[in-house]
Amino acid sequence: MSFETPDFSLALPEIWLLGAICVVLIVDLFVRGSRRSVTFFLTQAVLLVTAALAITTQWGVTETTFSGHYVVDPLAAMLKATLALLVVLALAYTRPYLEARGLLQGEVYLLALFATLGMLIIASGGSLLTLYLGLEMLSLSLYALVAYHRDSRQAAEAAMKYFVLGALASGILLYGMSMVYGGAASLELAVIAEAAASEEPPLLLLFGMSFMLVGVAFKLGAAPFHAWVPDVYQGAPTPVTLFISTAPKVAAVALFLRLLVDGLGPLHETLQPMLLILAAVSLLLGNLTAIMQTNLKRMLAYSGIAHAGFIVLALAAGTEAGHAAALFYVIAYGIMAAGAFGLIIVLSSAGTEAEQIADYRGLNERHPILAGVLLLLMISMTGIPGTIGFYAKYLVLKAAVEADLIAMAVLAVIAAVIGAFYYLRVLKVAYFDRPEVPPEGSQKPTGPNEGSVGEGEGATPSRPDGAAGTVLVPGASLPIRALLVVNGAAVLVLGIFPERLIALCQSVLGAG
Amino acid sequence: MIELSNFLVLGALLFCLGVAGIFINRKNVILLLMCIELILLAVNINFIGFSAYLDDIAGQIFVFFILTVAAAEVAIGLAIVVVLFRSRGDINVAALDTMRG
Amino acid sequence: MLENYLPVLMFIIVGLVFGALPLIAGFVLGPRRPHPEKQAPYECGFEAFEDSRMKFDVRYYLVALLFILFDLEIAFLFPWAVVLEDIGLFGIAAMGLFVGLLVIGLLYEWQKGALEWE
Repeated sequence: MSFETPDFSLALPEIWLLGAICVVLIVDLFVRGSRRSVTFFLTQAVLLVTAALAITTQWGVTETTFSGHYVVDPLAAMLKATLALLVVLALAYTRPYLEARGLLQGEVYLLALFATLGMLIIASGGSLLTLYLGLEMLSLSLYALVAYHRDSRQAAEAAMKYFVLGALASGILLYGMSMVYGGAASLELAVIAEAAASEEPPLLLLFGMSFMLVGVAFKLGAAPFHAWVPDVYQGAPTPVTLFISTAPKVAAVALFLRLLVDGLGPLHETLQPMLLILAAVSLLLGNLTAIMQTNLKRMLAYSGIAHAGFIVLALAAGTEAGHAAALFYVIAYGIMAAGAFGLIIVLSSAGTEAEQIADYRGLNERHPILAGVLLLLMISMTGIPGTIGFYAKYLVLKAAVEADLIAMAVLAVIAAVIGAFYYLRVLKVAYFDRPEVPPEGSQKPTGPNEGSVGEGEGATPSRPDGAAGTVLVPGASLPIRALLVVNGAAVLVLGIFPERLIALCQSVLGAG
Repeated sequence: MIELSNFLVLGALLFCLGVAGIFINRKNVILLLMCIELILLAVNINFIGFSAYLDDIAGQIFVFFILTVAAAEVAIGLAIVVVLFRSRGDINVAALDTMRG
Repeated sequence: MLENYLPVLMFIIVGLVFGALPLIAGFVLGPRRPHPEKQAPYECGFEAFEDSRMKFDVRYYLVALLFILFDLEIAFLFPWAVVLEDIGLFGIAAMGLFVGLLVIGLLYEWQKGALEWE
């Protein structure tokens, strides 16, 4: 076998990002100052350049290099730009929260950059090996990010659960990959697709596919492989939760599109029943369990499982329209989740975590603008027309009906109606419930010192429902609040003018 | 000559042992790390078996990468164990229950 | 037939001599002043006889972690060395890049103070 030099210019976004990470790492080591401004702005600039590079060098190109391990196509270019921009959005929220808690260190941004590199590699993965390496790069960074708040018991516990279950899922995915390798005699997805399209596909491929599906479903957070989602969303520091619920979800869909559509697409008929089960269980379990939650972060976690159910349903349709719907849905979800967790960040100050739903009583009276953002986000997650969430759900249902999955579409609608209940309950609390007026002086201390002591005793004290009398004081500075308002407005604007984004998603996946 | 099926059976056995270990073990987090390692080794045996059977070197290269990633994974895992131990004083699996619902 | 094993026999003999020679030399040449501390088996700074289920200093874990990470990268050097003639200058450059990345990692941990024991 002869050796040929790969075409490095095709992989420019990743190479740039890796080089830039090294520079940021070194710069962060030698820059003094506790606010980490240099690292923060450098990180954001690097990500923006990455997005620009992905669009300028990879848009419209369809080629493979590195002996077939690396694929460039419009889907890759679009995914990379989206991922980088979502990470920029997610990181923009992090600073005030971390600074108030004395957690602001360069490592947050470095780990986020490494995770982004992993996600880009997934987006361009042309073989089992590249996909595995990208996935591990992403997962390992996320484990470390969850454990980032060292003095919090909850964060350590969440990180441990995430790590063990995540490593198990990676192991199962790998076992599936080894089977597929044995069945197709190659690691390249293109060759695997040929083997899968043959008259009688090897049994090993079907075997491996089931295992790989488990791994992908785990990364997507679809039930019954969702055990990590609630604990990680609740236990991780809120900016990390925000990060996990945005770009990595898109990366999970990218992983599915590469592994199970590019690679094993011809076997979709066997895959579809499994996907339908995943979708049904996720939709029902996510929505029903979310009703019972009193913690907003945990409620959003279960709602995320329900949204994952919608995404899996779109993927189960197996058509190009279905894949485009899944892509659009996951991007819409990323924007909505960023806003929702951003709101929690804005309303939390050192010492107070605005994570109990009861804390939001009377929010409208005190902070009408923030309550307006909450309103927009919740109705968008419900799927009410005029918001981006509506079009996301509409496209999924349309794809499902066109693929003759009518019963599942009906189930999804029922689940969405159940879901409306808990989203609207949050709004009812924020708009119609009176806040309990705590007597003067009994407010929670908001000084940074007392706050950090409280954190050291085991993160946020868990209050029983109804006993919360916290007055939420936005701890974030004006730019962050402005960002949140922009984020909320984006949900509305993209909901009124969604055509461009929808057309983009459809064109990269070859759907008319 | 060792048959391909021998490799696969050994791999499957190790894989099941690893998975069962994760679910049965309720005592020590370090044991969980060992089980994860066992799963990855099972995958390695599969890859090597297939690689020899198909006479294709790519599978063995994959094994190299799995080994290195496994090392990184264990490093992160141990680091989390240390954080966990610092914050709560023990590493009992059954005690991981502050969040419910 | 049997003479094929002659090199093995040579190896055994040379190995034995190499092992035995320093011991004998030490026995013959070294001064002998016994002391309880010196008689005890060497155990890397631990007490020689106690319950084996003891607690380690957390700092050992840190060293172990760093060791694992840098140690396993060696695995990539072996296949690289085997095919170095085929991949030529490009291979050398690629490995230089790889080792360079490792050096950045080393720089990072050094500057962070992970290599300091105290």
